Amino acid sequence: MHIEIINQVFDPYARLQDYQSTLSTAARQFGASNVFVGTMRDFNQGDQVQHMTLEHYPGMTEKELERIASEARQQWHILDGLILHRVGMIAPADSIVLVAIWSLHRLDAFEACRYIMEALKSRAPFWKKETLATGERWVDKNTAGFK
Amino acid sequence: MRISMMIQVRFFASLREQIGVADKQLGVSGEMTVAQVWQQATGLSDIPANVLMAVNMNYVDADQPVAEGDEVAFFPPVTGG
Repeated sequence: MHIEIINQVFDPYARLQDYQSTLSTAARQFGASNVFVGTMRDFNQGDQVQHMTLEHYPGMTEKELERIASEARQQWHILDGLILHRVGMIAPADSIVLVAIWSLHRLDAFEACRYIMEALKSRAPFWKKETLATGERWVDKNTAGFK
Repeated sequence: MRISMMIQVRFFASLREQIGVADKQLGVSGEMTVAQVWQQATGLSDIPANVLMAVNMNYVDADQPVAEGDEVAFFPPVTGG
């Protein structure tokens, strides 16, 4: 599993293809892969957002993501995984996060990817600050991922 | 107060802006919990209910004791992803 914090614009699909081409012989036995990509919107809580700054806690972010990945490995059969997350100045339509899981079967791929994404949203120390025409504001909490 | 250990205190995001400082070295005496570190570092009383705490980059509760050289961090709810 590869985990990386990225400080510049990235193409999640190019990174996905690159990473998949480097999978080990064992991981190439995958029958299912599930991918989540989160993208910046230009609209939030009724306001136009010009751009966003993503701050994180270097060191703890990686540690917490490692912990989340390890919890997922204990619950599902995972052949390999990729977790990428942007920090710094982000423009609308930029990719923010990629979580990809390769498994033998779809159940593990779907559920492990979902688990990692939801845990990242509630535990990984990242914070978003939005820039609007009228000034800046911190996003105060993430919305719930489960109905 | 006899200072017996030094700890590093860090604040992030909106909390850093409210407190007005990112990092602080704190000399503390004897046994201390994260809640007491908060009080000494900020001059405020209780830790607000939505503030998250970590010691050495692991989430903890406010009653967690701290030790020499620990890094204690306080931050608002996380909003990544």
